[in-house]
Amino acid sequence: MDQVLKTLGILLNATLMYTPPLLFAALGSCCSEKSGVINIGIEGMMTVGAFTGAAVGYFSGDPWLAFICAGLAGALFAFIHGFACITCKADQTISGTAINFLASGISIYVCRLLFAGNTETHPVPNKLPRILNSFFEWCSANLSWGKAFEKNGFLDNVFNTYASAYIAFLLVIVIWFIFYKTRFGLRLRAVGEHPQAADTLGVNVTLVRYICVTLSGLLAGLGGASITLATVSAFRPSIVIGQGFIAIAAVIFGKFKPQGAMLGCILFGFCNGLKVVVGSSGSIPVNIISMIPYVVTIIALILFVGKAHVPAANGKPYIKSK
Amino acid sequence: MKKFVALILALVLAIAVFGCAAPAVDQPENTTPVENTNTPADTAAPADTTEPTGDNKAPYRVAMVTDTGGINDQSFNALAWAGLQRAEQELGCEVKYFESKTDADYAPNLETAVDEGYDLILCIGFMMADTLSEVAANYPDKSFAIIDNGSVGPNVTGVNFATEQCSYLVGVAAATMTQTNNVGFVIGMVSPLMNTFGYGYYAGVRDTNPDCQIQCYNANNFGDVAGGKSATLNMYTNGADIVYHAAGGTGLGVIEAAKEQGKLAIGVDQDQSYLAPEAVLTSAVKRVDNGVFELCKAGVEGTLTAGDVNYDITTGAVDIAETDTLMSDECKAAVAAAKEKILSGEIKVPATAEEFDALYGADFYTLDD
Repeated sequence: MDQVLKTLGILLNATLMYTPPLLFAALGSCCSEKSGVINIGIEGMMTVGAFTGAAVGYFSGDPWLAFICAGLAGALFAFIHGFACITCKADQTISGTAINFLASGISIYVCRLLFAGNTETHPVPNKLPRILNSFFEWCSANLSWGKAFEKNGFLDNVFNTYASAYIAFLLVIVIWFIFYKTRFGLRLRAVGEHPQAADTLGVNVTLVRYICVTLSGLLAGLGGASITLATVSAFRPSIVIGQGFIAIAAVIFGKFKPQGAMLGCILFGFCNGLKVVVGSSGSIPVNIISMIPYVVTIIALILFVGKAHVPAANGKPYIKSK
Repeated sequence: MKKFVALILALVLAIAVFGCAAPAVDQPENTTPVENTNTPADTAAPADTTEPTGDNKAPYRVAMVTDTGGINDQSFNALAWAGLQRAEQELGCEVKYFESKTDADYAPNLETAVDEGYDLILCIGFMMADTLSEVAANYPDKSFAIIDNGSVGPNVTGVNFATEQCSYLVGVAAATMTQTNNVGFVIGMVSPLMNTFGYGYYAGVRDTNPDCQIQCYNANNFGDVAGGKSATLNMYTNGADIVYHAAGGTGLGVIEAAKEQGKLAIGVDQDQSYLAPEAVLTSAVKRVDNGVFELCKAGVEGTLTAGDVNYDITTGAVDIAETDTLMSDECKAAVAAAKEKILSGEIKVPATAEEFDALYGADFYTLDD
């Protein structure tokens, strides 16, 4: 029983390690797509965020400043994407792909400038805090049933995690609230479904789309930084690899809803956790274990997820005169 | 008017974008090989030092082609270049490097090096094996060498490092330092080359402390930091207190887990102590610089042959890291004794499945099944 609980704790711990970066990025992707702009550049914005987080964290020593700067760096690249797609009406997929190349290239370039030609940053002195850590320590020291809170126990493994994980899950509620309970959210969705109609009713389509795209970069940047400021404490170019695209897949999986995207991210994170736990037992060939996340995603897509409703104007530049 | 402004802005953006991208991302004007010649005259004049090549003989000319990591990667490429620079100073070689920005640069860089008539052309990293096999076949009278790969042609020297020996030493260190009689090993991918790390480590642990258990995890990925971290947490939870990784970027997660848990990790390839001085016990280092120097020396002396060469601890091509602040005196002594035994040939560290299984049985190291 004890062993089962321990293993379950490790499994959930791994899930909560994999999920937050994906979740930030998926929420970002959600914002952008809902307003009608495809953002393939999430991956690049995450890379920039991951690098900025690690670099600012190293030089300033302040993880929160680094976290915010990472978001701003992601937002900057998203703004470029927005400028190309909204103002210049460029092809959104091509612009996003360009952002992916540009962002990872610039990250590595700046990294080499700052860290003596190295493509890996030095470790940051302070990571994002585990906000409940002192609470857990206090409980395990002072309560009569404090053993439940001991270090590396089940509760500690699952709930005593980094601040970024809590922020990611809180943001799901925030984004959901904005989308479905505020006037701005209504306009945002209208712009993504039928920009002409929204424009006729006096909604500034361009402004709404700019806000959403920039926000998507901000969130993706935070996602990247949650890898380099919480999961580990340094940047290297291979650190994001593919997670931005998985986040986009999670959004489609979740039918372009923030709560759905969250489920997609958790599923993917859980499968990766499963990969670690099952892989450590050494009983199943590793190549089969490595397939788990992808196979489960495909099965879930086929069996449980119906047709996703894509925002009608997604990917189409809005041209007023038409 | 508006359209005109938009057009101008778009142009400015495009210029800005490509302008920024050029140094980091591959652009056409940037695909030409970056060249850097250090003729002996630039730095230390060979006449000042001992002159093994003879007075009238032309210097032995060596070129290296980096992989996409670039010359300043503080890893294999930088180390190989350091080895060449040493060869320049001590052997009077003429050396030069060609930097590859992308995979597509390998072939043009190799062709340029061939055209410039170098005596030996070094490829850094197994990623260049396919390209090299084609180029080497086109120039059968030229000599090539490739690091971390077997020979890929009758005129190619495959340079390998006896990583099982440095892994053996860190295995000895882990087995003497463990307080729980339980250590871990995380591997990035299973292949005959990668398994040498495991064979050496397992052998080192078993020879030193037969009661010590070893947990292992195959990440099947060199870039999965979260996976490396949770697998290591899992090992610590199951009683391990020292984990060795041979897993590239995944290893960043291993070291992070050690740091967070106040346990120990063992680095690989280079001295990784800088990542977490309080948690990295030691590292199994691969001295590519020493290997490259040996290769140049063989070239200068005319003893360089095609086929596979294996540089081991006797030339200093593999070793245990210098940082030993976390090691106990007992541990340092055990490592030094083991190193002595390997050097004298008393211990022959297994490097293949057959050798390993003959010594320790087929059930001990399970990653190669």
